[in-house]
Amino acid sequence: MLSIRNLHASVEEKSILKGLDLEVNAGEVHAIMGPNGSGKSTLGNVLAGREAYEVTDGQVLLDGKDLLDLSPEDRAREGVFLAFQYPIEIPGVSNINFLKTALNEIRAYKGLPPMEARDFLNRVKEKQKLVEFDAKLANRSLNEGFSGGEKKRNEIFQLAMLEPKLAILDETDSGLDIDALRIVARGVNQLRSKDNAFILITHYQRLLDYIVPDFVHVLYNGRIVRSGTKELALELEEKGYDWIKETVDAEGAV
Amino acid sequence: MLDELATDTMLTKVSDSLYTQLIKTFEGNLPSAEPYSLDEIRKQAFERFKRSGFPTVKHEDWKYTNLQPLVSKHYALQPPKPKARPAVGKAIIPGLDAHRVVLVDGRYNSELSTVEDVDGLSVMPIHDAFDRLCFAKYFSEYADKSDNPLVALNTALFTGGLFIEVGKNRQLDKPVHVIHVASAATPSFVQVRNMYVMSTFAEAEIIESFITDDGAAENLQNAVSEIVLREGAKLQHYALQLADSPSGYLNHTEIYQEKHSLYNNYNCTFPGSTLVRNNINVRLGNSDVESHLYGVALTAGKQLVDNHTIVDHLKPHCESYEWYKNITQDTSTAVFNGKIFVREDAQKTNAFQQNNNMLIGEKSAIYTKPQLEIFADDVKCSHGCTIGQFDEQALFYLRARGISEAQARVLLVHAFAFDVTSRFANPAVREYVEHLVEEGLS
Repeated sequence: MLSIRNLHASVEEKSILKGLDLEVNAGEVHAIMGPNGSGKSTLGNVLAGREAYEVTDGQVLLDGKDLLDLSPEDRAREGVFLAFQYPIEIPGVSNINFLKTALNEIRAYKGLPPMEARDFLNRVKEKQKLVEFDAKLANRSLNEGFSGGEKKRNEIFQLAMLEPKLAILDETDSGLDIDALRIVARGVNQLRSKDNAFILITHYQRLLDYIVPDFVHVLYNGRIVRSGTKELALELEEKGYDWIKETVDAEGAV
Repeated sequence: MLDELATDTMLTKVSDSLYTQLIKTFEGNLPSAEPYSLDEIRKQAFERFKRSGFPTVKHEDWKYTNLQPLVSKHYALQPPKPKARPAVGKAIIPGLDAHRVVLVDGRYNSELSTVEDVDGLSVMPIHDAFDRLCFAKYFSEYADKSDNPLVALNTALFTGGLFIEVGKNRQLDKPVHVIHVASAATPSFVQVRNMYVMSTFAEAEIIESFITDDGAAENLQNAVSEIVLREGAKLQHYALQLADSPSGYLNHTEIYQEKHSLYNNYNCTFPGSTLVRNNINVRLGNSDVESHLYGVALTAGKQLVDNHTIVDHLKPHCESYEWYKNITQDTSTAVFNGKIFVREDAQKTNAFQQNNNMLIGEKSAIYTKPQLEIFADDVKCSHGCTIGQFDEQALFYLRARGISEAQARVLLVHAFAFDVTSRFANPAVREYVEHLVEEGLS
């Protein structure tokens, strides 16, 4: 589904991603871990199309289509969803109106008519239940006055509503207490299917106790330096990122 | 007091063509055959205007709004006979059930007006109201005491307008929708005088729309509205500026409120008319009065929209609340000047003012000035002003969910205007205005 080859990206002329390769197939969950500053969030932002991030080399294909050529909205319409690390508040834009606009623009892109009001409301109800998102929050202004945990849960609610092919969760676990983490994880697990894929960007192994990944990758210094299964995450937890840094730096020195 | 000080000396007499034309045409030749008292008022007002001339940018209140290009043109002073049935479709508000009043070039059009016979509601051309007691009592009583030379000019020479009176204890169950159509096919200078009187404990809603008929020339309108709210009266007053370019609108609205009355003004301007200047003066003339002024100006092209408001707290225990939002596109300009007076008598005043601006056009401009003059010592007054652009983070967030950049901008402008539009008491007008905001974004 997603194929990243030799991706190089920089922010304000500082090189962050330095030759990243990743293959994600439908039905898979990939976890990307790594120390602070390794380029985890950059990867999410580059895939979503944030302008400040400049791709200097490499290729990203989504089902064979060149993602890097598309505007952020077209990437979303093609089925890429970034759950933001810091969802922003937009007072005056209602959550529901925002979702209706987004959903219908995605449908229009696919040549589908706008969703009937009743179908839309049914979907809202169904997904609210699925990801345990408070109906009161859904009717408020977008993230306005939401707690950190509520904002993250709103990201998952949006994810459920928009049903993307590829969801990238950028440190969705950060700032969540254990109950909120369970709810978010339960939501994601409900949404997993053979047709979609997830990339979980996280600093801690904790999230992976709840969302079990098929693959774990370690990002360090702008490249994936280790790939494995969920056991790799446990090993990381035990030995710490210094272990990776030391071994990788040693390899580099040879 | 500061405000009322005649500023004749500050205004430079200009030998622009409209001024010369007006003086030449009407000196010793004012409209007459009216009650004698009106003749006298007109004469004095004419003299005042003759001395002052049109305001220039040297006058502080007109610093950013240069009338010279507009008043150096030649206009027909008596607008030609208007079209019998100009189209009013542009002013229709979906879902609004209202008494409709249509004024074409300031003249009441009875064929297009559909005012139902409601006990306690009087709607008529201003000329038919000259013999009314309340007309004699309020005409030029407050508006002409402001220092706006355009009011003097209007008092001397208005040719049309509307009179509305809502009787004692009457609560209108339908709003009155006043549609002002500019239709003259040769450039005309139209002077409109309106008076709305809300008797004691009367309640009403007046919605005014300004539109241009197809084929209309570049017209200039100088309108004065005098609004009086007697004790306990309530008025919701909307003004929706939808006219086309090129055109100019100079509106002076003078509101006088008596005890326990409530006046809400909702003032919206959309892309179109070349120059719009609104003077809205609210005089809180007795205690326990409440006034709200809300404004949205969405400008585009080379448009200039200037809102000058005065909230004048004359007596104790009154509340005023003002919130204006400007959104400027292209090379347009928006001006906001919010003056609040709290006179010596006006203890326990609670006055709030807020002005937020969003500069969208890289070459657009915003001039804003809060101006508080407080002479009482036990009052609560606050004011604030912000200026900003599109929030790039918010735009990206919306786009990352599949929303186009254009639609994301619409959502963000809606959000920006929300503080004001959410205060609209009439849901049909609110929805309509939100739609106009969407349409007005280029």
